[in-house]
Amino acid sequence: MDDKYLVDIQHERLSFFTPAGEVKALSDVSIHLKEGEVLGIVGESGSGKSVTAYSLMGLTAYPGRIIGGTLQFNDHQIETMTEKEMRKIRGNEVSIIFQDPMTSLNPVYTVGNQIVEVIRLHTGKNKQEAKARAKELLELVGINEPEKRLKQYPHELSGGMRQRVMIAIALACEPKLLIADEPTTALDVTIQAQILELMMELKEKLGMAIIMITHDLGVVASICDNIAVMYAGKIVEYGTTDQIFYEPKHMYTKGLIRSIPHIDAKEHERLVPIEGSPVDLLNPPPGCPFAPRCEACMQICLREMPPITQFNGDHITQCWLHQKEEFEKGEYNE
Amino acid sequence: MIKYLVKRIVLAIVTIWAVATLTFFLMNAVLGGPFLSEKAISPQATAALEAKYGLDKPLIQQYFTYIGDALHGDFGDSLKQRGRTVSDIIGMKFPVSAKVGGISVLVALIIGSLLGCIAAINRGKVMDSIVSVVSTLGIAVPSFVLCTFLLFIFGVKLKWLPTMGLSTPAHYIMPVIALAFYPTAYIMRLMRSSMLDVLGQDYMRTAKAKGLSGKAQLFKHALRNAILPVVTYVGPMLAYTITGSFVVEKIFVIPGLGGEFIGAIQGRDYTLIMGTTIFLAVLIIVMNVIVDIVYKIIDPRINLK
Repeated sequence: MDDKYLVDIQHERLSFFTPAGEVKALSDVSIHLKEGEVLGIVGESGSGKSVTAYSLMGLTAYPGRIIGGTLQFNDHQIETMTEKEMRKIRGNEVSIIFQDPMTSLNPVYTVGNQIVEVIRLHTGKNKQEAKARAKELLELVGINEPEKRLKQYPHELSGGMRQRVMIAIALACEPKLLIADEPTTALDVTIQAQILELMMELKEKLGMAIIMITHDLGVVASICDNIAVMYAGKIVEYGTTDQIFYEPKHMYTKGLIRSIPHIDAKEHERLVPIEGSPVDLLNPPPGCPFAPRCEACMQICLREMPPITQFNGDHITQCWLHQKEEFEKGEYNE
Repeated sequence: MIKYLVKRIVLAIVTIWAVATLTFFLMNAVLGGPFLSEKAISPQATAALEAKYGLDKPLIQQYFTYIGDALHGDFGDSLKQRGRTVSDIIGMKFPVSAKVGGISVLVALIIGSLLGCIAAINRGKVMDSIVSVVSTLGIAVPSFVLCTFLLFIFGVKLKWLPTMGLSTPAHYIMPVIALAFYPTAYIMRLMRSSMLDVLGQDYMRTAKAKGLSGKAQLFKHALRNAILPVVTYVGPMLAYTITGSFVVEKIFVIPGLGGEFIGAIQGRDYTLIMGTTIFLAVLIIVMNVIVDIVYKIIDPRINLK
C-alpha cells in the first residue's frame, strides 16, 4: 500500500430487506483501485457486480441497505454520508454509464438539455458556458455535427450515439471514477468495439479510473488492469488480468474461461457451460456458494466458507481447494 | 402539422355528420312528438303547428332541410321553448355549465395529479392506502348520493353552504365538489400507476446518478412523462363536464346546459336534441385534437400524421 487507493471497499455487506426475507446481495466484498486504473468486475446476473458499484454511488435501490463494511472513495466515507452529501458527488466525482442507452435518456428532453443540466448542477457555469461545454463534450465523444445534435431528442439518435451521449453526460464534470455498467451489452458488436475504444481513449486523455462491470470476458481482457470475479455476492477471485486469464485459481473462474468461444475451435465443438443455477441468496448455504455447481466439490465446501488464499501480489481466491494445497505443502498453519 | 390538422378537420366533419344523421333518425323513430300534452289540442291546431315547423313533410325531406339549415349555421327554433332559437338556449346556458365544469376539471386535475404522485412516491405506505381508499370511493359513489350527502351535511345540518343557485363563490363549492369527485378519483389512479411506471424507468436512475435532488428528479424528469395518460383522459372528460351534469344541476338548481339534454329528449324537442348533441360532439372532437397537440408538445416522440 505505497500510495492511496481512489476506491477502497472493505468487507462490504449489503442486503435487500424484502417481504420474503433478507436477501444477502453482498457478503464481505472488498475491492480497491488506484487513480487511472481499470477494474473489471465479472460474474453472472445476480452475482452482485452492479450492486457493488451502485452502492459506491449511493444508488442502492430500496429496500437495499449497506449493513457492514467501509466504502472509501476519494476521501469520502460513503457509508456514513447523507443523501444530500451524496448528491454533490454523483455525476461530479463519480459518474455512471448504464447498460441500455435506449432507455437511459429521458425521451422528452433534448440531448443538449440533459447534458447542460448536469454541468449546471455541479459547476457554476451559466447557460451559455454550459452549452459551449456540452458541444465540446459531444465532440470529445466523437459525435459529428454537435450543434445539431444538442437540439435533437434521444429517439432521433442511434443506440451507439445515445451511448456516446451518456458518456458525454458522465464525463461532463471530469469525474475521478467512471462506473460502466455493462456499457456495451445492448449494442451490436461493431458499435461495442467503438464504444470500448472511445472509453479507453478518454481514460488516457482525462485520467479517470474505471470500474467496468460486465459478463463479457472478452471486454475485460482487452481493457482491464485488474479483474474481480464475483459469485453470489462474494469476490471469489481477484487478480491482474493476466493472472485471471492465465492462472485462474477458482473453479468458477476456470469455468467462465472455458465457456468463452474460441476462434480455433473445431467444427461442431460445443461450448462448455457451467452446469446448474446460482444459489438462492435468500437462504445462502453455509459453505461455499459455488459448491453445488463445482466439479471439485469436497465435503468441507458444503459446510464452511473457505478463507482467503493469497498468491503472487494481490491475486487472491476463496476456495478450499487451494487451502488444501497449501495445507498439504505444509504451509498452512491453523 | 398542417397536414394533420386538415386531416382531422375532414374526419371531424364526417363524424359530426354521422352523429347528426344517427340522432335525427333515432329520435324520430321514438314514439311521441313535441306537441302532445295532457290538455287535448285540437287536431287542426296540431296540424298547423306541425306545418309551421315543417314536421308534416316526409322525414327524409325534413332531414335534408335540417342539414341544409345547419350548414348555414341555423339550428332552428326550439319546439317547446317558444320564441327561442336552439343557438340562443345553448349560448345562454352553456357559459353557466362551462364555468362550474371548468372549475371542477381544474380542481380534479390539480388535486388528482398531486395525490396520485404522493401515492406513487409513498407506495405501500399509509398515504398510498388513504389515496387508494379515496379514489375507490370517488369512482364507486354515484353523484346523486354524493350530492345528497353534501346537501345534508353542509347545507342542512351545519348550514355552512348555500344549497341552490350560483350567486356567490360559496355557491360554487358544493357543485364543484360533486362534479370534481369522480374525475379526481380517476386522475389519482391514472397518475399513481403511470408515476410508478415512470419512477421505475432507466432515465430516472440516470437523473439520480447525475446528482439531481429528489424534487428536480420528480418535477423535471418524472412528471412530464407521467402526465401523458392524464392528458388523454382530461380532454374528453373536459368536454363532458363543461356541458353540464343533469343530476348536479337539478339538485343544486343550476340553470345549466346539462338539464337541457334530458329535458329536450323528454319533451321531444327535436331541434334542441339535435343542437345539443351536435354541440357536444363538436366539443369532444375539438378536445381530442387539443389533446393530440398537447401530447406532441409534451412528448416529442409523438408524430402527428
